Amino acid sequence: MDARTQRSLVWLVLLPVAMFGFGFALVPLYDVFCRVTGLNGKVNTSPLAMPVSAKVDLSRSINIQFVTQNNANMPWTFQPLSTEMEIHPGADSRAVFRVKNVTDHPMSAQAIPSISPAEAAQYFHKIQCFCFNQQHLAARESLDMPVIFYVDPELPDYIHTITLGYTLFDVTKLAARAN
Amino acid sequence: MDVASEHSTDHDAHHGPAKGFTRWVYTTNHKDIGTMYLWLAFAMFLIGGSMAMVIRAELFQPGLQLVQPGFFNQMTTMHGLIMVFGAVMPAFVGLANWLIPMMIGAPDMALPRMNNLSFWILPFAFGLLLLTLFMDGGGPNFGWTFYAPLSTQYAPPSVTFFIFSIHLMGLSSIMGAINVIATIINMRAPGMTLMKMPLFVWTWLITAFLLLAAMPVLAGVVTMMLMDINFGTSYFSAAGGGDPVLFQHLFWFFGHPEVYIMILPAFGIISHIVPAFSRKRLFGYSSMVYATASIAILSFMVWAHHMFTVGLPLAGELFFMYATMMIAVPTGVKVFNWISTMFRGSLTLETPMLFAIAFIVLFTIGGFSGLMLAISPADFQYQDTYFVVAHFHYVLVPGAIFSIIAAAYFWLPKWCGRMYDEKLGKIHFWWSFVGLNLTFFPMHFVGLAGMPRRIPDYALQFADFNMISSIGAFIFGTAQLFFLYIVVKCILTGEKAPACPWEGAEGLEWTLPSPAPYHSFTVPPKFED
Ligand SMILES: [Cu+2]
Repeated sequence: MDARTQRSLVWLVLLPVAMFGFGFALVPLYDVFCRVTGLNGKVNTSPLAMPVSAKVDLSRSINIQFVTQNNANMPWTFQPLSTEMEIHPGADSRAVFRVKNVTDHPMSAQAIPSISPAEAAQYFHKIQCFCFNQQHLAARESLDMPVIFYVDPELPDYIHTITLGYTLFDVTKLAARAN
Repeated sequence: MDVASEHSTDHDAHHGPAKGFTRWVYTTNHKDIGTMYLWLAFAMFLIGGSMAMVIRAELFQPGLQLVQPGFFNQMTTMHGLIMVFGAVMPAFVGLANWLIPMMIGAPDMALPRMNNLSFWILPFAFGLLLLTLFMDGGGPNFGWTFYAPLSTQYAPPSVTFFIFSIHLMGLSSIMGAINVIATIINMRAPGMTLMKMPLFVWTWLITAFLLLAAMPVLAGVVTMMLMDINFGTSYFSAAGGGDPVLFQHLFWFFGHPEVYIMILPAFGIISHIVPAFSRKRLFGYSSMVYATASIAILSFMVWAHHMFTVGLPLAGELFFMYATMMIAVPTGVKVFNWISTMFRGSLTLETPMLFAIAFIVLFTIGGFSGLMLAISPADFQYQDTYFVVAHFHYVLVPGAIFSIIAAAYFWLPKWCGRMYDEKLGKIHFWWSFVGLNLTFFPMHFVGLAGMPRRIPDYALQFADFNMISSIGAFIFGTAQLFFLYIVVKCILTGEKAPACPWEGAEGLEWTLPSPAPYHSFTVPPKFED
């Protein structure tokens, strides 16, 4: 192999290695991109401190709808106590969801939130949410889980309804592995 | 007779190939390796093709006749995987091995041992992939695009073998691409500047860069799948904070460049054949080079046109729609150049030229249906219907496959020193042409009428068109067995071919005797433009 080929070989090997790394770098990049822009209905899954200055806008009210669904074969029951509520932008609001482990064995679950329309995602702030943690329930146990949130008064005025959806996943195996 | 000695001064060049089986196992000769790649590709083409026959036989009538839906899914998946990774890509690498050193006046590829390795990985990769069909739970059944979570949570246990075989093929393609680039950059005959390179060399150089950039991302995706399945990570599982849509973004970041990996070398081949049989210089050489390069760059910016219905934001839909449509511009330049080359040429219609002209016409049809699919609001109707199947088969079969067949007819005299039977070649062309259009044209109609892809059964109103498609498929399939016969007949009993059997063909490879000697251009030839 002559010296020129050897030199080419260096960058010809580095390029695919770098692209392999880039593939993995796309995972956080994609996540950051969705979170920053609020695309894909991705919402913050960590608590947000209540900004002091948020004024309550009493002149408008927003209809918040709650939907729940179970992923795949998740056997728990999972329902909001009320399926919708009217709120004012900027005001703290609270909704409660009830889950029950209907099986005869302890299980763990994780709820994943999603917001539609996707444009509203970046204006929807959760102060406290059961989706920030996993839930571990004994056999036949049930639990009321609150979410406390507010909607940013900056929400574009053509949005009148926001749907907050949760999908409940069975993470019993994942949780067992983590311990 | 032994003109090889004219080109070689060092005594090494006088020895011929080793004898027997070890010749093929240990060989580092670009011609031997090219031959093995081409035969492997042809074998895979027949295996993938027989899977298509199973699919079309089941779809001959509505209802379930021959196979179970689970097996049907394995057939559609394996047909796609085998044709893409086993037939088209190795065939192009085989052509690159045979032709690039001869076209640029190099004695061999730059990295001959790696060349041997990159070929010999492949039989094992495809062996593994095919073996999954006999494992518990069957082979891959999640479509060739293997979307998560179908390919992770709901995959058959054999998915790990599938992942390993994708890793192997990716490794092989990357090594092949490294070799092609190192050869083209460092080993051109003196006087052959970049802008004087034959177009097949140019298109392969660009393809090799696409391979280096895209294949590692595919390797990354299957690695993530492997970790999700076996090591408890959650790249694609929403339960653990991942996102299945991420899979599609990553896959198509590889997948769209991949479709150009399968067509750019074809553009190169057509750019050799059309001028040869028009007895004219290629029209617009430099615009061909720039068009190829811009297609390659654009190919990394359009991936989400496969994902219009996953819930992209409006800005995304628009961006990917316009970016995709932009690719029509450089592609249009190419089609225009080929037609201008033929314009007022003294055309003759030998078999390679017939396939090349069919390529131009039918690939353009596939391009237009691609434009229709690029219109994002319309795509909501076309997504996952047979219209998509019609589209990508029109760009891949008369695109990639026809160009490979055309190349085989065109360079066969150079490879084996004998001519194929022209009459049989023409019969093969018309047989394929009729079969192909019968198979894929009706798919446009059933697709627009709403027939979903990847299903073993369908509503009654699609029955007639599906029967036509199936008949066409059987016609097309048998035509390729006939092709095998023509090639074997040519190798065994074809008429002796002169150094340049085509009146209008140009290029260094035609200055070599036919068959090309085992070692060629051991002393770089003089290249005059
Ligand atoms: Cu694409």
